[in-house]
Amino acid sequence: MKPRDQNLRIGVYVCHCGTNIAGVVDVEALTEFAQKLEGVVLARQYKYMCSDPGQELIKRDIVQHNLNRIVVAACSPSLHEPTFRRAAEDAGLNRFLVQIANIREQVSWVTEDHAGALTKAQAHVAAAVRRVAGHEALERQFVSIAPRALVVGAGIAGIQAALTLADAGKEVILVEREPSIGGHMAMFDKTFPTLDCAACILTPKMTAIKNHPKITLLTYSEVESVKGAVGNYHVKIHRRARYVQEDACVGCMQCIDACVFPKPKFPNEFDQGLALRKPVYVPFPQAVPPVPVIDPKTCLQLSQGKCKRSCVEACGERTAIDFHQKDWIEEYDVGAIVVTTGFRAFDAAKIPYYGYGQYPNVYTALEVERLLNAAGPTGGKVVLRDGSTPKRVGIVHCVGSRDQKYHTYCSRVCCMYSLKMAHLVREKTGAEVYNCYIDMRAPGKGFEEFYNRVQNEGVHFIRGKVADIAPATAGNGNGGLVMHVDDTLLGRLREIPVDMVILSVALEARADAVDVRRMFGISCCSVGFFLEKHPKLAPVSTANDGVFVAGACQGAKDIPDTVAQADAAAARALVLMDAGQIELEPNTAWIDEDACSGCKTCISLCPYEAITADEERKVSTVFPALCKGCGTCVAACPSGAAHQYLFTDRQIDDELEGILSYV
Amino acid sequence: MSEATSVPAAGPFEPRIVAFLCNWCSYTASDLAGTARMKYAPNVRIIRVMCSGRVDPTFVLKAFALGADGVLIAGCHPGDCHYQIQNFKTMRRQAMMKYFLETMGLEDARLRLVWASAAEGQYLAESIDQLVADVRKLGPLSWPRNWEENGDRLAALEAIVHEHAEAMEVPV
Repeated sequence: MKPRDQNLRIGVYVCHCGTNIAGVVDVEALTEFAQKLEGVVLARQYKYMCSDPGQELIKRDIVQHNLNRIVVAACSPSLHEPTFRRAAEDAGLNRFLVQIANIREQVSWVTEDHAGALTKAQAHVAAAVRRVAGHEALERQFVSIAPRALVVGAGIAGIQAALTLADAGKEVILVEREPSIGGHMAMFDKTFPTLDCAACILTPKMTAIKNHPKITLLTYSEVESVKGAVGNYHVKIHRRARYVQEDACVGCMQCIDACVFPKPKFPNEFDQGLALRKPVYVPFPQAVPPVPVIDPKTCLQLSQGKCKRSCVEACGERTAIDFHQKDWIEEYDVGAIVVTTGFRAFDAAKIPYYGYGQYPNVYTALEVERLLNAAGPTGGKVVLRDGSTPKRVGIVHCVGSRDQKYHTYCSRVCCMYSLKMAHLVREKTGAEVYNCYIDMRAPGKGFEEFYNRVQNEGVHFIRGKVADIAPATAGNGNGGLVMHVDDTLLGRLREIPVDMVILSVALEARADAVDVRRMFGISCCSVGFFLEKHPKLAPVSTANDGVFVAGACQGAKDIPDTVAQADAAAARALVLMDAGQIELEPNTAWIDEDACSGCKTCISLCPYEAITADEERKVSTVFPALCKGCGTCVAACPSGAAHQYLFTDRQIDDELEGILSYV
Repeated sequence: MSEATSVPAAGPFEPRIVAFLCNWCSYTASDLAGTARMKYAPNVRIIRVMCSGRVDPTFVLKAFALGADGVLIAGCHPGDCHYQIQNFKTMRRQAMMKYFLETMGLEDARLRLVWASAAEGQYLAESIDQLVADVRKLGPLSWPRNWEENGDRLAALEAIVHEHAEAMEVPV
């Protein structure tokens, strides 16, 4: 056996957590058990160890009984380890001489069998007692935080977060992949339930972004790599050539008028392909920055090398157009990152029986948003592909949501945006509108009232999932479409003849969400949305310190929730930056030079280049500021020269011995 | 062996499983299983490490030597490692451990590596139940007794290390 500290004075505290632990684990027996373990001078139980009296108990005992190690058998260390460490420190004990035995999340909550739960809890307490005996006092480690933030994605979430951060005086780098900021919200006409015009509330914020002295806006750009750690991230940003120099362009748009293509010819992505654009274009009139972009695939000069370049002529002395522009990389150091990369609309063509892509008058909701929008392809008129006004419109809820074959989750916004569309379509066309829904979900502020209003406006509501959409035959329509729906309130199948169908598509994680989250070290939930650190208590933090999430990249949500979350993420980033420093877990690796054979195994294993070889002395050295504390080098060191604070071989061995001694 | 070596309890065989869980994905998954009140076999004992890459093969050997009947190692999914690529090293090491444990007469099912993301509490609970069920079928490992009865095994282990010194990056 390894020599142990002869003066061990361990205190063990068993928490009842109300009945959360005590209802399953016999806390009395567990406390008695702990009392007999080697080095334990006292073992106590208390209803709520994390409460003030619970913490006071520990503090008092440390002083009165001269305790030099503490074990708390309670909830997960991810919740209250900091609490108990602080309590120990307040009583004059080094905070790292505390060990938590997780007997709630890993014992009482997951075990039905009470006897088995007690045995398991005993094993974990025994392990913690044995482990803490080998703990050593460590110094707390802090790193400074660069007072600059990166915001990734400039939809409404990114815009809001960037403005909040910048208004608080922090420098912000705002990166957007598209040529303009605005995201999905910029595509909408009105917003539910208030029916404010989306542009009226969004464009002032977009302009504020452009004019804010603290914000560096990088559009048509993507983050290429992220290195470093909380407080000191180093990011490389890939800036795509737009062939129009942003600083030289005044936004007169004369180049667009002058383009050799007399008429727009290519589908405009922003309009969902419903309208056309020229090779030189702005995606929409209120685009920020108001700088055109040239599409190299369709521009004659860029794709074929010959064009009379009337755009250059139109630009004249400003010489903003630069066909020789190349993509370039810009690098920034930031202290915190807010990821607001948004969602993707579900591809309705995946559901064959709804006929999207097959029947021209089946639209997705996003397409209809563009039709409704005054700046959209039809100037705000809701018309069919042939230009005529629809007389009967069907709206299909839950397309891709709440469906075992596609996404089982509810996309949260579709009921409300379907109601909004029903209202707007009826207002603009006078058409009969049929909303087919599974359940009407209107749980937000003013939502139910809006639902009532739309009902009173004469929109037809049919509770039932649409089975399919088919071309009308002579018997059941007049050359349009027919929705077959099982009306669960009437209890019979219905055929609704319509001439336009709107599919209320789900919100889903973006196609490249995996790449994005890996780059930023974020986890995802089972359906691909980014995972917050804790669903209730850390809703905008992530597993990666200094990286925050907001908006629909974290889960489907509406604009009010997105804005609230964006402000929350900005606030968390501000907390970090204003504190100026953050405490790191001192779990870095170090190398005992006397034992090191200089084999360099550790060096090849470190992804952070934190270990260097001292060629002269033939030893490896860990640079603590770069080490992130994974411990892989420690596990691999053939000489046993590498060690990890808080996770030493001895501590893990002790834990193992403890665990296996008492099962 | 230390005095910590346990004596098999009387009564029906209850497998003893040690699980090494990485802090970021699998340990969080086990917390999630708790928060969601998912029930799984109480036979598992959890040890938290920062990364599955921290799991020294000697920890696994020691667990078996001290009386564990099965060992579970769980990490983040490949590509999702909190430390970028360290779980790939775990994967490599797993192949090595499997090889020498097999040579030492240990059934394949006793050592298992799974990937459980922070959202996969259910999957982790199922993996634990599965391992417990598989080990239950195999019966007790009783390695501590084997070691005492058959000293040749130690020699066999040393021979393996020497034979594969290069692959294992061990200076001989």
